[in-house]
Amino acid sequence: MNFSEVFKQSNQLCKVSPDGKYLATCVQYRLVVRDVSTLQILQLYTCLDQISHMDWSSDSLFILCAMYKRGLVQVWSMEQPDWHCKIDEGSIGLVSSRWSPDGRHILNTTEFHLRVTVWSLCTKAVSYIKYPKVCQKGADFSRDGCYMALAERRDCKDYVSVFVCDDWHLLRHFETETQDLSGLEWSPNGCVLAVWDSCLEYKVLLYSLDGRLLSAYSAYDWSLGVKSVTWSPSSQFLAIGSYDEKVRILNHITWKKITQFEHVASINSTKAVVYKEVEKRTAVGSDDLSLHNITIGTTLFNTQSKYEICPPPVQIPVVKPDPDRANPKIGVSTLAFSSDSRYLATKNDNMASVVWVWDMQKMSLVAVLQQTSAVRCFQWDPRRPRLALCTGNTKLYLWSPAGCVSVQVPAEGGLQVQSLSWHCSGDSLILLGKEQLCLCYMDQEDK
Amino acid sequence: MGEWWTTGPIGTSVGNYEISNISHVTMSPSRQNNLASMYSSLPLSYNVLGAFCTEDNIPQCVSYINQELDALGLSTCIEASTPRAAGLNSVPALNAMYELMQIHRRHMSSLEELEREQLKKSSTLDHVQMNNSRLKDQLELSMREKSGLHETERQLQLKIKTLQSCLKTEKDEVQKLQSIIASRASQYSHDAKRKEREAAKLKERLSQLLVDRKDKKLAIDVLNCLGRSDGKRSHWRTAKATVGHEGEMYKSLLNDYEASQRTLVLENAELKKVLQQMKKEMIHILSPRKPSPRGATADDSQEQANSDGEEKAGDCSRETLDQSCEHAREQLANSIRQQWRKLRNHMEKLDSQASLVQTQLECNQELILRETHEDEMERMRREVQQCKEFIHAQQQLLQQQLNTSFDDETAALLNDCYTLEEKERLKEEWRLFEEQKINFERERKNFTEAAIRLGREKKAFEEDRASWLKNQFLNMTPFTDRRRCSSSDGQSALSIKSEPEMRMSSTKTPLVKSSTYTPFSTPKPSLSATVPSTTELYRSLRLMPDSR
Repeated sequence: MNFSEVFKQSNQLCKVSPDGKYLATCVQYRLVVRDVSTLQILQLYTCLDQISHMDWSSDSLFILCAMYKRGLVQVWSMEQPDWHCKIDEGSIGLVSSRWSPDGRHILNTTEFHLRVTVWSLCTKAVSYIKYPKVCQKGADFSRDGCYMALAERRDCKDYVSVFVCDDWHLLRHFETETQDLSGLEWSPNGCVLAVWDSCLEYKVLLYSLDGRLLSAYSAYDWSLGVKSVTWSPSSQFLAIGSYDEKVRILNHITWKKITQFEHVASINSTKAVVYKEVEKRTAVGSDDLSLHNITIGTTLFNTQSKYEICPPPVQIPVVKPDPDRANPKIGVSTLAFSSDSRYLATKNDNMASVVWVWDMQKMSLVAVLQQTSAVRCFQWDPRRPRLALCTGNTKLYLWSPAGCVSVQVPAEGGLQVQSLSWHCSGDSLILLGKEQLCLCYMDQEDK
Repeated sequence: MGEWWTTGPIGTSVGNYEISNISHVTMSPSRQNNLASMYSSLPLSYNVLGAFCTEDNIPQCVSYINQELDALGLSTCIEASTPRAAGLNSVPALNAMYELMQIHRRHMSSLEELEREQLKKSSTLDHVQMNNSRLKDQLELSMREKSGLHETERQLQLKIKTLQSCLKTEKDEVQKLQSIIASRASQYSHDAKRKEREAAKLKERLSQLLVDRKDKKLAIDVLNCLGRSDGKRSHWRTAKATVGHEGEMYKSLLNDYEASQRTLVLENAELKKVLQQMKKEMIHILSPRKPSPRGATADDSQEQANSDGEEKAGDCSRETLDQSCEHAREQLANSIRQQWRKLRNHMEKLDSQASLVQTQLECNQELILRETHEDEMERMRREVQQCKEFIHAQQQLLQQQLNTSFDDETAALLNDCYTLEEKERLKEEWRLFEEQKINFERERKNFTEAAIRLGREKKAFEEDRASWLKNQFLNMTPFTDRRRCSSSDGQSALSIKSEPEMRMSSTKTPLVKSSTYTPFSTPKPSLSATVPSTTELYRSLRLMPDSR
């Protein structure tokens, strides 16, 4: 495993192009494009203000930089660095900006979610979509890029509009049976749309592509409901994480629950492996205390950590959330399927330093990773069943069915890893700190 | 006085008459009856008393009576009026008699009193006994009542407990609902606050806009319009296009459904196959080896079941043909269930038999059984051993035969001949591979050289053009001579400069790479430094923008 040197970035804006060749980062108002393998700077663009959001187009030829305060979006071309494009939303303001799947349209959501403006880079035409819904995930593109589902709210009722991304023709518009729609997501095969209600009511609705309601699922009444929803990459399973600390799996044939995973505070299962991160301070010999070593540095004071396997029963530390606050820190907030749909990784918010890995074939718990501090981010390798996670310290943790490893990130000045993302080939990882980023190249053999 | 009694009966008749005369004289009329009853009850005694005193023994009687009176404590003495006379002094005698009667009367009254007392006491005793029994009854009754009350108390306690537990559960439920309500309320209030804040911002912005009135127009400023990502021209939005979209959508949905149906059909077929296999195996297990120690009826049922099974096995082939038929599916499921039930029964019987056998462990029969079992085992082991030896011998003979017919070399050759063909093929492939590799290397070298040459030529051409243009320009001025000399110098200088620049760019990359990796772990194996990388080539060929 090799680590690159540390580069500057701001706002955690660092993305790899969809074809995997380039790495774009934002430093204040500058956009820096590097080559992924050599990390040489290929392009440098300057925007008019501090960049709030940055994204690649699907064909890796264009990058959009949005500056929400100024209401501006600037688009840069990789092929022609002199090409420029500036979209000014005017006095209406800008809260979010994204590419369309064909890479030639930009969808801007205005302030107060008054409307969604669709700008075409081919024809300079503008279209408007009114009454978009303000929610956790109000718009989603299907994976093949053909359709876009947008949540709308009119007269205190929720609707979903399905647009054909080719020409933005409204294909379907139907009312949903939700009280307060909180999110929607296409299944990876693009045929089913999952729509879920806000946490005040547990309701997950499944609509077919042509707007028919296929099924409605509700596990219980009254208590706080759905917290997170995700599809498995094969579209076979829909995993629903809720505030009662359970994950329920629905199957795609009958849309009924086939199993539920509970996050218990005391693990008794003998089949699950519990990895506990144990820190140990490295003993420093007196001859090591040369000036050179001290300047190199914080590695001297960094704690080494390794994983120990704990035999069952294991107690998981639980933090009770404040009952008076809204959106309490309890329940399953993060779900992620591995790329082969074999494993599901979950995080329960009142056991924030623990990541649970479930085997979908056996429908049982396979591994539990207990860290020393709260887990900030975890993501599966896009090619193989390997999970990378970080907890805000200077280490990177990797789990695979063969085992678990904790790697110290050798960065000068100590890079506190706040989030990470995999390169699309699964050969490297991008680690983001507060203001820094670092690339980690995996060994080519299976590790 | 006993002696007197024995002589009594001789002179009874005379005595009787006298005594009765005496008694009649002194008796008071009130006591007549009592005394008469007393006297009548003691007739014998009067006869005896009559015998007590006769004409002869009057003085003895008198003295005796005096003695008795003394003994009783009476002072009066009886005297005879004259010695040997039959009469007595009447006064003392009468006094004595009177005192005796007094004594008698006193005795009678005390007797009466005692009798009265006794009556009273017996009646009180009766009364007390009655009371006692009544109280005992009462006590029993109250005991029974008490136990009844205990029982009811216990039942009430039980009821209290159950009600308490119900109350507790209800309280818990209420608390849970309260917490739910509280969380919902906090969520609602949070959302309401958020919406209110947003509304406030909206109002503010609206007022700002109304005041400002210089609406910054939204606009897009593009250098040049882009082509579509798929390269085609964009179409007009027509009704045909919209219908086309609908068609596309339905097509994709149908494809998805068909794909899932296909996988389900395959899965179904596999599972049916597995079930049928299981059924066949179960039939096989159940039918031939069953010893059937029971009656003929069991056999019959067995055979019928077998024939049933075979019939069903025959049906199976038909079943596989129409897989979607519901009836066939039910049939299969039912037959599986039947076979499974039979198997289970069989297993249960075997279990019971085994337990029976175990319970007969103490009997002698068991020893015999075990012995026969062990004999069987021994026999089988011997057979196995024999077979093994036989096989070994065969192997050896075979080996010998093979070995004696050929000598070592040819044997080795024969051993080798199987792999020879493969080795040859592998060698051929390796050779081809090596050739291709060399070719590829050569081509690559050529290509890079060509690219370098091209780059160089281009640069030279550019230089030439630049110098020519400069010349042209300078030709227009009067300072031509001097310029021409310097331009040629400049040209050569420029050309010299170009070469090292190219080489520098090509060697720059490996240095950068090494600087990236040296402080840390093992460097990533990268492209060799001697041949420039393809990115460099592209850069030099101007397919990619230069690095700055």
